[in-house]
Amino acid sequence: MEVVLFYIAASVALAATVQVISRTNATHALIYLIVSLLAIAVIFYLLGAPFAAALEVVIYAGAIMVLFVFVVMMLNLGESAVARERGWLNARMWIGPTILIFILLLELLYVLVGTPGSTSGVAVSPKAVGEALFGGYILAVELASILLLAALVGAYHLGRRYMGSRREEIG
Amino acid sequence: MFTAVGIPLEHVFILAGLLFLIGFTGVLVRRNVIFLLMSLEIMMNACGLAFVAAGARWAEADGQIMYMLVLSLAAAEVAVGLGLVLQLERRYRHLDIDAASELSG
Repeated sequence: MEVVLFYIAASVALAATVQVISRTNATHALIYLIVSLLAIAVIFYLLGAPFAAALEVVIYAGAIMVLFVFVVMMLNLGESAVARERGWLNARMWIGPTILIFILLLELLYVLVGTPGSTSGVAVSPKAVGEALFGGYILAVELASILLLAALVGAYHLGRRYMGSRREEIG
Repeated sequence: MFTAVGIPLEHVFILAGLLFLIGFTGVLVRRNVIFLLMSLEIMMNACGLAFVAAGARWAEADGQIMYMLVLSLAAAEVAVGLGLVLQLERRYRHLDIDAASELSG
């Protein structure tokens, strides 16, 4: 019976994600993206990964989406941006790549259906995750912290206001 | 702890593949940088879903740890990407990725 919950959440995630890439208004797309992330958090919980589900809600749907909303509000995309987006979304230019991708997708589905398996239904507790994370994966934690530091420095550098005018002086 | 016993693993992988495909299609068809970043987020999230599903198959914590690494990668990517969005807006007054094609010569 609980397996039905997985299919419902999967349908919600797929429908919301299709809406994300087909909206012309960035704010509406963001709302659909948050719905998609929450649906995937439900799937994580059903798969027995409660810690991953919490992280999905807190970091993805919380922190990262708030960053997106901040930038959309700062840039204040108006009606002209929506009209321009609509102009780019004509079907003629992407019908070819879509057909080719669907061929690859059919191959992938054929391979996946041919190798059946089942999830264990055993929940992996946050304690087990933490012990493994700060045990065998300690080097990966350090690498992730270096990556985040590099992203911090990069975002600070890119966000400076006078960068454009300085480039013009040099060039 | 409430978990659904016996979700078919291949169905979770099919869902992850479909989500990745939708994100990839978004990268191909959209020209607005914000939508490109959102599509990249969708693709990385699909990868994370595949990792968690594989971890749930053998009831090991490794899948969730890889998901957390993907999560930190996504956070780093979105911070730098949104900085680039701000620079693009300041220089070209709009968010068309094709405007920033100076490197192609």
